[in-house]
Amino acid sequence: MADPAEKALAIGASAGGITAVQRLLPSLQGARLTAIIVVLHLHRHNPVPLTKVFCGGGQLPLREAEEKCILRAGVVYFAPANYHLLVERDRTFSLNADAPVQWARPSIDVLFQSLARAYRHSATALLLTGANRDGAEGCHSLCRAGATVVVQDPEEAEVDSMPRAALSRCGPLAQVLSLSQMSSWLSQQVEEGHL
Amino acid sequence: MIEPDDGLEGRLLLEAIYQRYGYDFRAYSEASMLRRLEQIRLRSGDASLSLLQHRLLHQPDFFQEILPEFTITTSEMFRDPVFFAQLRERVCPLLQTYPTLNIWHAGCSSGEEAYSLAILLLEQGLLERTQIYATDINRQALKTAREGIYPLKAVQEFTVNYHKSGGRQVFSDYYHAAYDAARMARQLQNHIFFQEHNLVSDGVFCEMHLVLCRNVLIYFQRPLQNRVLQLLSDSLCRGGFLCLGTKETLDMASVRDQFEKIDPPTRIYRKSVRQSLG
Repeated sequence: MADPAEKALAIGASAGGITAVQRLLPSLQGARLTAIIVVLHLHRHNPVPLTKVFCGGGQLPLREAEEKCILRAGVVYFAPANYHLLVERDRTFSLNADAPVQWARPSIDVLFQSLARAYRHSATALLLTGANRDGAEGCHSLCRAGATVVVQDPEEAEVDSMPRAALSRCGPLAQVLSLSQMSSWLSQQVEEGHL
Repeated sequence: MIEPDDGLEGRLLLEAIYQRYGYDFRAYSEASMLRRLEQIRLRSGDASLSLLQHRLLHQPDFFQEILPEFTITTSEMFRDPVFFAQLRERVCPLLQTYPTLNIWHAGCSSGEEAYSLAILLLEQGLLERTQIYATDINRQALKTAREGIYPLKAVQEFTVNYHKSGGRQVFSDYYHAAYDAARMARQLQNHIFFQEHNLVSDGVFCEMHLVLCRNVLIYFQRPLQNRVLQLLSDSLCRGGFLCLGTKETLDMASVRDQFEKIDPPTRIYRKSVRQSLG
């Protein structure tokens, strides 16, 4: 069995998030070090699994994150609906059914904060469009742990409150990029062998 | 200075609780447990988990006060309606063959699923012959469960779930509404015995025909999962049913060979009828 992914890249998005995430995933083609984890706020009875929503978008394998499964590099994992998704120090996934955080389950804060502990500076987080303030605390924890945090430019985000909340929480520790900048930055990171 | 937070203080705190009070959370999944500890710490105002530990060791009353926070989960009636539909269609017909039924709902939290089960059994004509043992470690949740009183707003959501699960009756027949709360019908309560039971340390207490343990195992590390699953298996009669949460499986469990899959997507298993050789 291969070792767990050396790095983890988490993407959090809410309202308008599906399109935004769809634009970014192709840039991660060829990622060989990092597992990619996506938390999207969806209705809890959402009948279509995200692995179906995104299929056909590229060559990266898409999976729903399962509890106790080891994070693998080059795989895109989606948080299942109606559970919080966390990453353990041994780099496996956990799920829990704790109360929603910021009305959200899965919550971006919950994933990001667990990632800060599990991956520390080897984590990267992208926070995209969204209508609440989920993710702000998580981004802050990641910044403190030395992780790279990139927030979508609120000016271009479909809904700007989530990126704005994260930026006001993290201040200069977080980078601000537009989606297209994020996309080229990711491609470059992959090309240079950082992801 | 930024302190490395590798969970060390959390692990020490859980060890301290175990040694002083006997509650063993050490084999719980760490990420979720550390998150809870962090929330408890924020509320208590302690600057670190080590300071919180100091307080817990020296103030037993404070420990009792926060103990429920370690294991509180949220629940709803007919959560995962597809599961309840399968229970109704695939399991209930087989339960009809038993003259009396024992059902264990392990980790019932505040009781929502136990009442859902009672409603389903009532509609299938099975409730009269059934005793549901609904257990949890959390005394505060059990108190809510025994009272059977839920906010009316939540009950509106439960009603949606109920109909999605294939329920055909008028859901409001199952509770009495007063002000903004709903009290579950006595007829249901009479068949549910809510009692304290700790899956980590307590054993089998009765032979069961059906065991529900949903969204409990996800909180445990693998060795504890296996131990608890063995306990659930031991308490089932041959041919009895085991229902897990929709994100929990027996695929990697040590007891997997003792069960067959009845409905894989909803995680309904049946204990093999044939005698185990092991």
